Amino acid sequence: MSAFLAVFRREVQLALRHPADTLAAVLFFVLVCALFPFGVGPAPETLARIAPGALLAAALLAALLPLDRLFGAEAEDGSLEQLLLSGLPPAALAMAKALGHWVTTGLPLLAATPMAAAMLNLPTEAWGAAVIALALATAILSLFGTAGAALTLGARRGGVLLPLLVLPLAIPAVIFGAAGIEAAAAGLEPRPYLLLLGALLALALPMAPLAAGAALRAE
Amino acid sequence: MHRFANPGRFLRLTDAWMPWLWALAIAVTAAGAYWALVVSPTDWQQGETVRIMYVHVPMAWLAMGGYTGLAIVSIMSLIWRHPLADLTARELSPVGAAATALCLATGSLWGKPMWGTWWVWDARLTSVLVLFFLWLGHAALVRAFDDTERGARAGAILALVGIVNIPIVKFSVDWWNTLHQPASVTRLDAPGMHVDMLYPLLTCALGFTLLFAVVVLARTRAAVMERRVRALEMARARRLDAPQ
Repeated sequence: MSAFLAVFRREVQLALRHPADTLAAVLFFVLVCALFPFGVGPAPETLARIAPGALLAAALLAALLPLDRLFGAEAEDGSLEQLLLSGLPPAALAMAKALGHWVTTGLPLLAATPMAAAMLNLPTEAWGAAVIALALATAILSLFGTAGAALTLGARRGGVLLPLLVLPLAIPAVIFGAAGIEAAAAGLEPRPYLLLLGALLALALPMAPLAAGAALRAE
Repeated sequence: MHRFANPGRFLRLTDAWMPWLWALAIAVTAAGAYWALVVSPTDWQQGETVRIMYVHVPMAWLAMGGYTGLAIVSIMSLIWRHPLADLTARELSPVGAAATALCLATGSLWGKPMWGTWWVWDARLTSVLVLFFLWLGHAALVRAFDDTERGARAGAILALVGIVNIPIVKFSVDWWNTLHQPASVTRLDAPGMHVDMLYPLLTCALGFTLLFAVVVLARTRAAVMERRVRALEMARARRLDAPQ
């Protein structure tokens, strides 16, 4: 457990000492959201119509950005091998990495969600649902993304390959997340969709670290 | 099963089978195609377009069955480290991707006259599209490493993660209210299709399945031989490199 916490703390510390990297992902998220009004026109009702899906797609793309370096630096300087030899199970190492990725990328995105939601003219009564949906969806992406990063570690075009592997698996999260925000925006109950999103997270929680751990062991 | 995992024995055995398998696969496919495209009746509602089914349905079965096969081969590769399982998985994914692409393309061609649209985002179509991406991802991942061993391992893990999509594809038409019709052949009661259409469909499915298997076998044989050639070349280079 202490090794798990140490890995997790290290991830957070690294992110805190390079705040520009963390901020870049948030800025990317806001910028992608800002592109939509230019693309579909600034009509408020059109923007409100596409806001749920646009928010989710932008958040998932932004969360993908730091993933291709998740294990990269440590694999190059050999510390990944040391971590694997430390007695910490590879799946637990992957779990710590996924948690670290979510705390350093997913959480800052949540802080920027109200701003992005306002830019896309999402009704204020849906903001709560949007934050919950994004929290769950980014957590799912962190988990699958960690597995993808472990699988593509050492690949020739790992950075290009990673989204190709991870995004198809994220489609259900986009579907249920957007449906939840849409329901809240229409004054309906977003709970069933958010619960389904939670179920997806519950599925990814054991599965993705195990796959990532197996991939790390193969490295 | 382990007896056949030896690449040398695999080559020797399939060497004798290959011409027969090719002949059988082509004969059954040709018979199925003639039966389906010429002999079988037109649909009272859909007219001639119903014949798209004889390609679409077998390709959909192959897309799912092939992926299940990929998962089984991947399990073998992870547990027993059979080199033949790695090679089969590597050669299976482009063929599976082709079957899935054909399933999507024929479905799209069929959807235009029947539903009035090339594509809808319903659960069945979307989950098959995800399956297509999984096939492509596997094919790309396996080939992305200079160390083929590492690529095989990564591909096997990805194939096992992706298997969660197969039940979603299969049951999407039951779980969600989709535009795509529910299963009409693989049902517990009698198939919801007249024998005049069912038999040519099953013949086509058998023909395409044989063809799929033969193509994968031929590709795997080529991959085994390629690996052998590379090993011989490496050995030769090492011999030339060694001090005299």
